Amino acid sequence: MNSEKQYIELFEQCGEMIAKHSASAMNTLRAKAFEDFQRLGFPTRKDEAYKYTDVSKSFAPDYGLNLNRLDIPVNPYDAFKCDVPNMSTSLYFMVNDTFYVKEEQRHLPEGVILCSLKEAAEKYSEIVCRHYGKLADTSTDGVVALNTMLAQDGLFLYVPKGSVVDKPIQLVNILRADVNFMVNRRVLIVLEDGAQARLLMCDHAMDKVDFLATQVVEAFVGTGATLDLYELEETTTATHRFSHLYVHQEADSNVLLGGITLHNGLTRNTTHVTLAGRGAHIDLSGMVIADKHQHVDNHTFIDHRVSDCTSSELFKYVLDDSATGAFAGKVLVREGAQRTASEQTNRNLCVTREARMYTQPQLEIYADDVKCSHGATVGQLDENALFYMRQRGISEREARLLLMFAFVGDVVDRIRLDALRDRLHLLVEKRFRGEMGKCQGCTMCK
Amino acid sequence: MLEIKDLHASINGKEILKGINLTIRDGEVHALMGQNGAGKSTLSNVLVGHPAYEVTKGSIIFNGKDLLEMSPEDRAHEGIFLSFQHPVEIPGVSMVNFMRAAVNEQRKYKGQPALTASEFLKLMREKRAIVELDGKLANRSVNEGFSGGEKKRNEIFQMAMLEPTFAILDETDSGLDVDALRIVAEGFNKLRTPQTSAMVITHYQRLLDYLKPDIVHVLLNGRIVKTGGPDLAQKIESRGFDWIKQEVNG
Repeated sequence: MNSEKQYIELFEQCGEMIAKHSASAMNTLRAKAFEDFQRLGFPTRKDEAYKYTDVSKSFAPDYGLNLNRLDIPVNPYDAFKCDVPNMSTSLYFMVNDTFYVKEEQRHLPEGVILCSLKEAAEKYSEIVCRHYGKLADTSTDGVVALNTMLAQDGLFLYVPKGSVVDKPIQLVNILRADVNFMVNRRVLIVLEDGAQARLLMCDHAMDKVDFLATQVVEAFVGTGATLDLYELEETTTATHRFSHLYVHQEADSNVLLGGITLHNGLTRNTTHVTLAGRGAHIDLSGMVIADKHQHVDNHTFIDHRVSDCTSSELFKYVLDDSATGAFAGKVLVREGAQRTASEQTNRNLCVTREARMYTQPQLEIYADDVKCSHGATVGQLDENALFYMRQRGISEREARLLLMFAFVGDVVDRIRLDALRDRLHLLVEKRFRGEMGKCQGCTMCK
Repeated sequence: MLEIKDLHASINGKEILKGINLTIRDGEVHALMGQNGAGKSTLSNVLVGHPAYEVTKGSIIFNGKDLLEMSPEDRAHEGIFLSFQHPVEIPGVSMVNFMRAAVNEQRKYKGQPALTASEFLKLMREKRAIVELDGKLANRSVNEGFSGGEKKRNEIFQMAMLEPTFAILDETDSGLDVDALRIVAEGFNKLRTPQTSAMVITHYQRLLDYLKPDIVHVLLNGRIVKTGGPDLAQKIESRGFDWIKQEVNG
């Protein structure tokens, strides 16, 4: 219990300050989370779920925190140029865990709430209390417990029954600090029955310091509701990201999750999807491009609780240099979840001998009338294809790029937002060409 | 144009070519015949610089330049084109992107500006007509899901796009029905100029009826053992290779 000590002491000393600058709906969970954290500690590599990522190492250094909620001298609307332009999004910013909005930016349908989680917990405490912390279980994962214990703010999105948010909502998360810094962020999404929304969350790190960011996202998707949630990470090699995304789906809901790691340091994404109502569908995809010593670990769990649900999962990694990747995907089909259709694919390219990929597809089925498949491959670029292209005069470098680009093409094509998809094809190409040490078009990162 | 001297080459340590001597002049079409395993495909692979093959001895001079010193892509830029016996499928890479990269890299090598998107698409349309290649195929991934005949037609289409000065057709006739063979062969003939040369590897007279080679070589056990005019191909068609083997061994 070495890395844990400083966080336990921090909470003992600053617990009151944390609560004072947050809201009661969030504060009520802290004591229990603290207990859980003390009991669990950080997961170790002996825990099956964290076999490939050394959590303690990321949390051991001393990071600054802004528990006293001091203003950060930055106006993101002036300084930040959107990386996904022409998308006509409703653009919002979160600097560390503080939500920014311009009043004139609010043009959401009536009844839709998009605001700071702290504000929501005060104004709409009934809705927040009913959902906050209900999916993110602090008793099994020390990182979730730590986040719940320390998080003071974040984002709240609520779409009432039958309401459709046409315009995609883009949330740009910016990590901003002058010292090595820790951020604990929460996102709560509630889509009531028949509601529809599309949300793109982009992660950026603005400064050349070490960042440690924990994030817990909880999404409740009601009967017949549709949610598209994209996460695009373009941070620095000095950023450690621990994200937990929980999705709870009611009957006939349709959710698309797309996680893209374009540039990072160390990333651990845990995705937990519960299909709780008949006819629910989840489309879960992920794309990772990593080089240098970057590390990306995706851990997914899809729980088919009831019958007639479908899940489709596709993760692709391209690992260059000494990058390491891990994918563990479990699909659980519970007893009685008949007529489940589930497919899971994980395909990976190791471009160098030094790159490492660990893949662990898992299917656990307790129903007899199901259609489930899974498959994982780790390979190199097709030498025959490379030579074929070179014979046509395409340089080896260019041929490699074309093949890598082609490899991830089908993941990008799963994106249902045209502008984002087109932009991503371009960003991926730039990334492969090494033209993206930092994010594109982002003046804050320069 | 092409001068091969005492060429020895091996793959995985096994010597396949054991002293090839061959000169091809501007405008000439040479046919290379021989049984399976004689070294025909090895010779074409060595000419285009396939990394799996090691040249242990000899030289290849192409238009005055040492070919063996060049990368595969530079050989292509210098005007060498191989119509593959087994064209490779490249899922996810569209024909358009593939050809645009190839054409523009060649133009860069020659110091020409890259084609604009509309210039390029116009060129694609023109060249497609030569081999009657369906526009739908041009929009698909390279060779993916193409029939055997479509793949071969696609090879000649790429040749039309790149306008090589020396083309190697490695069993381009295999897997083609009579109509497809005619389209491919006629397409190839349309692309010929007085300066372009070719080396045609085939087992059959059928393709040679269209291409009318100037010179026919027979390859046996890594060496050219017999060279003659077009009549040699006809003789092989009717009598096989045994009489040549006997000549060589006797």
